[in-house]
Amino acid sequence: MATIEDRILADFVNNDIEFVTTVPCKQLAGVIAKLESCDSIYHIPSNKEDEGMGLCAGAFMGGKRPAIIMQNTAIGVTINTLVTLTQYYRMPLPMLISYRGELGEPVACQAEMAVHTKALLAQLHIPTYHFHQQEDASELDAILKYTFMCNKPVAILTDATFWKGY
Amino acid sequence: MIRSEVIKQLIPVISNHFVVCNIGLPSQELHMLDDQPTNFYMLGTMGLASSIGLGLALAQKQKIIAIDGDGSVLTNFGTLPTIANNVADNFILLIIDNGSYGSTGDQPTYAGQKTSLAAVASACGCENVIECQAEEAAQTVQQALDSNQMTIIVCNCESGNIKVPVIEMDPVVIRDRFMKKLEQRNA
Repeated sequence: MATIEDRILADFVNNDIEFVTTVPCKQLAGVIAKLESCDSIYHIPSNKEDEGMGLCAGAFMGGKRPAIIMQNTAIGVTINTLVTLTQYYRMPLPMLISYRGELGEPVACQAEMAVHTKALLAQLHIPTYHFHQQEDASELDAILKYTFMCNKPVAILTDATFWKGY
Repeated sequence: MIRSEVIKQLIPVISNHFVVCNIGLPSQELHMLDDQPTNFYMLGTMGLASSIGLGLALAQKQKIIAIDGDGSVLTNFGTLPTIANNVADNFILLIIDNGSYGSTGDQPTYAGQKTSLAAVASACGCENVIECQAEEAAQTVQQALDSNQMTIIVCNCESGNIKVPVIEMDPVVIRDRFMKKLEQRNA
């Protein structure tokens, strides 16, 4: 049976995503490793998430469908970029986000950004989906299609329960 | 020579190419001097011209020139290792280094003091790093275009600004006409 990482990657590939930037998180390590071995996706690690959103904006304008993979703490550092680049120029950007600080979290500090994550996304009018159980990922294909249909950044929050721990 | 004069001098060399231009006065100057669909003006998000430019260069074949500033590169310093490690030979990063945050009132940057952006770019692993003076900008960019190699140019000039109108064009129009022209050129 395909792993959850395989299923996520397959949805990316089937939706013609060819350019993915990542800033790592422990929960996302498996997906990032799969990306590296995916022939149809150019994986470009970025040093900060706003840099990654710039790369994705360029890739989109160059004709490639982009995506970013990052931790929810990144919402704190990318608000200006999301608003004045991705949203202002109306660009699509699926954001696969590890939702740290939820049930099962061992690091107390992660809860601090977790309590703000959905409120910030709501304030930014970013469509947000929360994957808590692995069957929730069956919506990923539709979420990606929605993102490229409406040219918006879209958040997919994936918590510790979804990843079955760390 | 100040930045607006450098940009003016560059027009004949860059006019036929796709340009991603830094936020604030650089975009306003380019817009005033030579507005056309091949220019992507950044209206927000300081620091990301080089990242947008690299993403564009990696995604398609046309040459991309990102016009950046020393202050903006300092803001997004992480861009230099990413550029160095993801070589796109159709990408030129032109850093117009006037040693100041020009659009906000010419406050001095560290690049105008002890920090050498050319040395930083080299230390990050960028292979073709060229430092030039303002008067040599057009010739240096032309040589970089002819070389078909990814090139980082640090062009030193004086700080100072001219009065330029703000860009009133809608961002979606800027993006749409740029994408259509790029798609057409790649067809």
